[in-house]
Amino acid sequence: MKVETRQLKSVSIVKVSGRVDSLTAPDLEKALQDMLTADRTQLVVDLQETEYMSSAGLRVLVSALKAAKKSGGNVRLAQPSVRVKEVFDLAGLTPVFDIHPDVIEAVGAY
Amino acid sequence: MELPQRLTVPGRFEYLAQIAEFVTQAARTAGLSDDDVFHVEMAVDEACSNIIEHAYRYQPGEIDLACSAPEPGCLDITIRDRGEPFDPGAIPQPPLGHLTDPDDLNEGGLGLYFMRKLMDDVRFEFEPGRGNLLYMSKRRRA
Repeated sequence: MKVETRQLKSVSIVKVSGRVDSLTAPDLEKALQDMLTADRTQLVVDLQETEYMSSAGLRVLVSALKAAKKSGGNVRLAQPSVRVKEVFDLAGLTPVFDIHPDVIEAVGAY
Repeated sequence: MELPQRLTVPGRFEYLAQIAEFVTQAARTAGLSDDDVFHVEMAVDEACSNIIEHAYRYQPGEIDLACSAPEPGCLDITIRDRGEPFDPGAIPQPPLGHLTDPDDLNEGGLGLYFMRKLMDDVRFEFEPGRGNLLYMSKRRRA
């Protein structure tokens, strides 16, 4: 898994590539926590190149969402693959997140 | 590749990708659909993550996987560990559908939910001296 971050005005984009499983989820957690502790609470997680996400990854995203919302922000998801979307559906998490077809739309929603 | 196939790896998260590779190949060989192959990959990943966290509690130990195809379009998987006894009944079900609190995604519970949702059969056995045996099967959708 690779995590790359960039800023677009007030929005932070976190691009996640590869597999998010129990091995790699802590790295994603750290990247998101670093943003939140730096008071960057308007987040977009770009899932276009995320090949796989397990329950460990879901826990990290839900935890970040909760923290961001507490500070008036959000964790918007962009362009999940059919497989990753299925995992959110299965866990009943699809209504919990704002899921956008691409990063531009997710950023524009702030 | 022909079935049956076996894989033994150390019970560490570093080996989850290798386990995924092994079971996806076995599922394809068994003639499962792409959707089914993904479901098998996810169920086994969740199962092995639970073993490492809860049965071995991050202590050294091996995970043995065996895959067989009793008939075309059907995959049986057994996963054995020698860690602490696993009692699926002791794991609370996550409150799905209205998840807002990450604490609700209790460790192990969501993974177990996925396994049961994704596979056609999931059974746990504990044999004193031999450890935990997890049996899962997947059949191709008609």
